[in-house]
Amino acid sequence: MDRHRRQALKSGGGLSLVALLAAAGWIDPAAAAPAEAWNKAAFQTHDMDSTLKALGDGTPVPSANVVFFSTPDIAENGAVVPVGITSKVPNTESIAILVEKNPNMLAALFEIPTGTEPAITTRVKMRETSNVYALVKAGGNYYVTSKEIKVTLGGCGG
Amino acid sequence: MRRREFLQGIAAAALAGLPVDRIRAEGPDAQAAAHFYDALPPFGNVGILHITDTHAQLLPIRFREPSVNLGVGAARGQPPHLVGEALLRHFAIAPGTRDAHAFTYLDFERASRAFGAMGGFAPLATLVKRLRAARPGSLLLDGGDSWQGSATSLWTRGQDMIEAQKLLGVDVMTAHWEFTYGSARVKEVVAKDFAGHVEFVAQNVRTADFDDPVFKPYVVKEVNGIQVAIVGQAFPYTPIAHPRYLMPDLTFGIRDQDLQKAVDEARGKGAQVVLLLSHNGMDVDLKLATRVSGIDVILGGHTHDGVPQPTVVANRGGRTLVTNAGSNGKFVGVLDLDVRGGKVADARYRLLPVFADLLPADAAMAALIERVRAPYRAKLDEPLAVTEGILYRRGNFNGSYDQLILDALMAEKNAEIAFSPGFRWGTTLLPGDTIRYEHLMDQTAITYPWATVTRMTGATIKTIMEDVADNLFNPDPYYQQGGDMVRVGGMRYAIEPSAPMGKRVTAMELAGKPIDAAKTYTVAGWAPVSEAARDAKLEPVWDVVARWLRAKKTVSPRAPEQPKLVGIRDDPGLAS
Repeated sequence: MDRHRRQALKSGGGLSLVALLAAAGWIDPAAAAPAEAWNKAAFQTHDMDSTLKALGDGTPVPSANVVFFSTPDIAENGAVVPVGITSKVPNTESIAILVEKNPNMLAALFEIPTGTEPAITTRVKMRETSNVYALVKAGGNYYVTSKEIKVTLGGCGG
Repeated sequence: MRRREFLQGIAAAALAGLPVDRIRAEGPDAQAAAHFYDALPPFGNVGILHITDTHAQLLPIRFREPSVNLGVGAARGQPPHLVGEALLRHFAIAPGTRDAHAFTYLDFERASRAFGAMGGFAPLATLVKRLRAARPGSLLLDGGDSWQGSATSLWTRGQDMIEAQKLLGVDVMTAHWEFTYGSARVKEVVAKDFAGHVEFVAQNVRTADFDDPVFKPYVVKEVNGIQVAIVGQAFPYTPIAHPRYLMPDLTFGIRDQDLQKAVDEARGKGAQVVLLLSHNGMDVDLKLATRVSGIDVILGGHTHDGVPQPTVVANRGGRTLVTNAGSNGKFVGVLDLDVRGGKVADARYRLLPVFADLLPADAAMAALIERVRAPYRAKLDEPLAVTEGILYRRGNFNGSYDQLILDALMAEKNAEIAFSPGFRWGTTLLPGDTIRYEHLMDQTAITYPWATVTRMTGATIKTIMEDVADNLFNPDPYYQQGGDMVRVGGMRYAIEPSAPMGKRVTAMELAGKPIDAAKTYTVAGWAPVSEAARDAKLEPVWDVVARWLRAKKTVSPRAPEQPKLVGIRDDPGLAS
């Protein structure tokens, strides 16, 4: 396994890729995703402050350079809500998705290897209508944008 | 501001009419009636006719416009959130005229008796033929909600309307309720019945798995040598407002970035005019028009707003006219464009009311309607009861027809509280009218009609009401779904539309006692969206209401239970 590929698996692309490759028997998951890459504490936080702290501290600045795309205003299914985020902030290192009213606030953390286009899409589960934050780390600073995604009970359309 | 002046000019010119009193004194309003459809000379070189939300009403109907249509935030007091006299004043429509009757609830019973029923596909076909004869090459666009809302449409899975659309000469359509017959049904009709006749466009419908396009995003039609693109926008929240299982393979959404791409692509291919045939609802269209550029006119529907003149919205590409063409076949939107030098130089628009007694029935359409109704005649005509009061539905909070349904549900299901969905379709009956089976189906004809009885805690009731209230009153139109507030029987409440989500509904009371969040209540309702409800072998709501009506024989006037409004004062969207 060459160094670049290993780096990509370790740092980003997400755990799903590792899981897929592991399931296919291509890699040893323990070797590909060392324990220290999994920020367990961050994924067990319940509010913005403690999430930021677990991610390495910092005060996020609202930024128009962090943009949601292909993200609904009202979710068709709260169990699989598509979220797309792109960052125009130079030297973007990571993109995190935070769902304010989920039991655990941090839904996903993507590390962006140098030279990679900072654009991600995934699906998150949402318990209820909530603000969703796109949190970008770049040059050691944090940038954030947010949007409300509604999870409705359905019915009653005109 | 030349365009705007033109629009105002048309409004003034089109206001010929006589007050109701004078009409009654002179018998039929012969003078005004004879010229009602004359005041619309063709103009320019591209003619577009627009119908929307006919809700499968093949025959002339009565439809009372709302006396409550509140706008929140920036929408307060702006079209379409104007009712009654405020609407007449805003659009300079003289009270007592046919236009005043068509666009408002004012003096409804008397005006409806004087001016007669509206809409109906046989008079509509005559009007469309006249308008098209004066506008060679013109296009007829149908904004959707055409296959649902009547007994015969439900029983034929929309086939009666599909035949009527083809005979009427619909060129392009988009959709909403059509999908409640199942996405396979829509695809089947597009591939077979519509092939070579009607184009079906919907840029915002994609496959749920790979996000692939399902229908044409737009079509380009040549009108008198001018390339006219019609982009389709289906109702963005179809899988949320209706059972997901009816369209599990499709995903919707507003998708304004994709819409921009479609508009740009059409322009790139040489379209000199770009129209959006939209089922977004007017508030969503007004916001969308600020974000998407390059659309000349949005021909809108869904929210059933009969808006006499367009709203002009500025955006970075110039200006977009936003219209909404009412419902139930009451109106035809007539858009005349003067296209010069590759772009729209001038525009005229009028939302033309369809008065059945002023338009002879088109023979071919009348024959088709007779044919599709014949097999069901006996059932359609069954008298259920006589109503002593007016029965209507439309309005933000409740209508007398909904109250009737709520009363029937509570009585037949032995429930303390009843919910009925805030649908905006459903025809109106006048005092003394016989409620026939067909009329009941006008209020209830859906593919998930099951009547439910549920034990709910006070907390759950509050959650449901807050959820629906936010669909109606979220200040950001992109978070609105376009229906009205759930109708509530038995339980009183207060509502503050401008409050944030979760804080609008207060003072919930049952029989004078506050609703207890922890206590359980028996709640009847209908139109459940879950698969479990579909499989539970429940009776359809029309059976429940028909049983109640047959036993009553005569229904006393229903006073709709209305919530107490908080924070609403001198609102042009509320009848004074």
